[in-house]
Amino acid sequence: MKEMGPVIDHYRSDWLRFQRESTGSMPEWIKRYRQAAGTCFADMGFPTSHHEERRYTDVTPVMETPFAFAWHAPEISKGEAEPIVSWVGPRHQLTFVNGHFAPSLSLLHRLPQGVIVGSLRDCDEASSSLLEPHLGRHAWHEDHAFVALNAAFLNDGAFLYLPAKMAVEEPILVLFLSSPEGQATISHPRVLVVAGPSSQATVIEGYVGMKGDCYFTNAVTEVVLGEEAVVNHHLLQEESQAAYHIATLAVHQERNSTFMSHSLALGGALARIEVHGLLADEGSTCTLRGLYAAAGRQHVDIHTRIEHARRRCTSRQLYNGILGGHARGVFDGRVLVRQDAHKTDASQTNKNLLLSEDAVVHSTPQLEIFADDVKCVHGTTVGQLDPDALFYLRSRGLDLEDARRVMTQAFSSELFGYIGPARIRDRFTELLSQWTLRTSSESLSA
Amino acid sequence: MPDVILEIRELQASAAGKEILRGVNLTIRAGEVHAVMGPNASGKSTLAYVLAGREGYEATAGTVRYAGNDLLAMPSEARARAGLFLAFQYPVEIPGMTTLQFLKAALNSLRKHRGLEELDAIDFLALVRERVQLLDVDADFLNRPLNAGFSGGEKKRNEILQMAFLDPKLAILAETDSGLDIDALKIVAGGVNALRSQDRAMLLITHYQRLLNFVVPDYVHVLLNGRIVKSGGKELAVRVEERGYGWLEEPGDRIFAPKVTP
Repeated sequence: MKEMGPVIDHYRSDWLRFQRESTGSMPEWIKRYRQAAGTCFADMGFPTSHHEERRYTDVTPVMETPFAFAWHAPEISKGEAEPIVSWVGPRHQLTFVNGHFAPSLSLLHRLPQGVIVGSLRDCDEASSSLLEPHLGRHAWHEDHAFVALNAAFLNDGAFLYLPAKMAVEEPILVLFLSSPEGQATISHPRVLVVAGPSSQATVIEGYVGMKGDCYFTNAVTEVVLGEEAVVNHHLLQEESQAAYHIATLAVHQERNSTFMSHSLALGGALARIEVHGLLADEGSTCTLRGLYAAAGRQHVDIHTRIEHARRRCTSRQLYNGILGGHARGVFDGRVLVRQDAHKTDASQTNKNLLLSEDAVVHSTPQLEIFADDVKCVHGTTVGQLDPDALFYLRSRGLDLEDARRVMTQAFSSELFGYIGPARIRDRFTELLSQWTLRTSSESLSA
Repeated sequence: MPDVILEIRELQASAAGKEILRGVNLTIRAGEVHAVMGPNASGKSTLAYVLAGREGYEATAGTVRYAGNDLLAMPSEARARAGLFLAFQYPVEIPGMTTLQFLKAALNSLRKHRGLEELDAIDFLALVRERVQLLDVDADFLNRPLNAGFSGGEKKRNEILQMAFLDPKLAILAETDSGLDIDALKIVAGGVNALRSQDRAMLLITHYQRLLNFVVPDYVHVLLNGRIVKSGGKELAVRVEERGYGWLEEPGDRIFAPKVTP
């Protein structure tokens, strides 16, 4: 860790300035949380690839660059933001630019009684009391440097609160735009979703790079589901190809709740998504499905940890990867079944499609089971495009490039088929189609 | 006389480094239906794959002219765009794509290279409906993933539908009749008959004569050990059915026992 000293010092000095300048209206408990997290980060430093959980992901480039805290957000016009959101035509949208809430790019139609969709910075005392039991309680900063760094700089973020039995039908879009100006900046997006008992909501989290620059998005999302709550979560990661993206999603589920997450990860020179799911009480279901696609020299890392703490819970994981060029993919999935978690039903599947000889994937699905009466399965496949299928398509008139593209899309459609809302499914499909168009020539020549 | 569509001269070909075709001659004109019959390992599939341009099947000598062009110099997609269609013996399953999507991708690819506009969704569906009616097939599989979990008969029926849809100049049916029960065989044969036309040539490659009970060819050729050893009219198929292939063996050739018809 010695050589990382200067970078840690850099963050420490930015942090001291941050604390001086962001004296605003944040409640005292948030300030205490920030303080504790900042101290924690300074003590801990960044993890190295010697850490078992990061065996295949070298975060050295992230650690070596002294990313500057984005003190200000550049102006982004509605016209610039429009193409990013037009597909969803959101009625409820919170937009952040370089981590700062952008009211001019946000809109909120009438929400059901008691539902809160807003920025953390603007939270009043009433909101504060709703936040306090949850913020920072699910994504742990004590042993996670990136979560600690996020928490240390906590100044803004999205807050979604659903009282008991409230359902919001229209998707709620939380969009984080990055548009660094001149230097490599870091932002710390933060999302907290609190879904009360028997409430329902569809949430879309989007991360979009506006320019091709290098910047670092260090995001933390916490989702808390009360008894019988249903949260349908979607994650779209379209960072710039030069960016670093490290995101932690922590989910806490009470009895008979249902959490579903569908993700598409396309951007970033280095992108890591961690999902920590805690099935804290009986009868809950956690479904995670994601597609990651990488080309060039991109590195994408999916890291999941689902903990079955109690009986009769179900978890489903399906992650499909498409890797071309010299890209490197990592899937590290863990299911932990605690001693009392009888009748657990868990499955974990990772399928990978390698489009070039130089693409690599490391897949390690793992089960740790301490209960007796459980049903757990896991599996991994790694394959290339089927030459017989390519010939079949060519014999019908498609050239090789088109045939490869069609087959790549066919590979992704299984997963996308699970996405409920049609406009989200279509958007995922369209983005992947654009990706295959962009990368197919590159993969062919690689 | 109608135009020559396909002209094969002294074609030799190998698969996986092994010599399979040892000098095939065959001329097919527009409007004609030819059947090539032969026992196992006589070179039937190699002939089909060499004509369609499959990797791993290499022409080592001889020429193939297709509608005046050097067929062997064309990549497989160019052959398809020029109107050559191969109905596969073992159609490939593509779970992530519906038959309809596949048809659309294929048709628009052909149209693009013929300088035609891509069909919009409405015209495309109208064309699908028309061809489905022509073949009198049940079209329930159109929205299912391509060939995934299809029975043998459904897969072959799908091949015939694709053929009807892509409107080829030369259709090669590679053992389309193998593994079919009599009902499926009738549907396939009905489709082939419906698509017979003055402008189209067809090459049926088959092990058994039974398809030829339903599709009456103009010419029958017997392929043995990589050569066409006998050509004739439809009556040749009947004689092969009665007597097997043994009487056609040339001295010095390897002897193949004809497969016992189940």
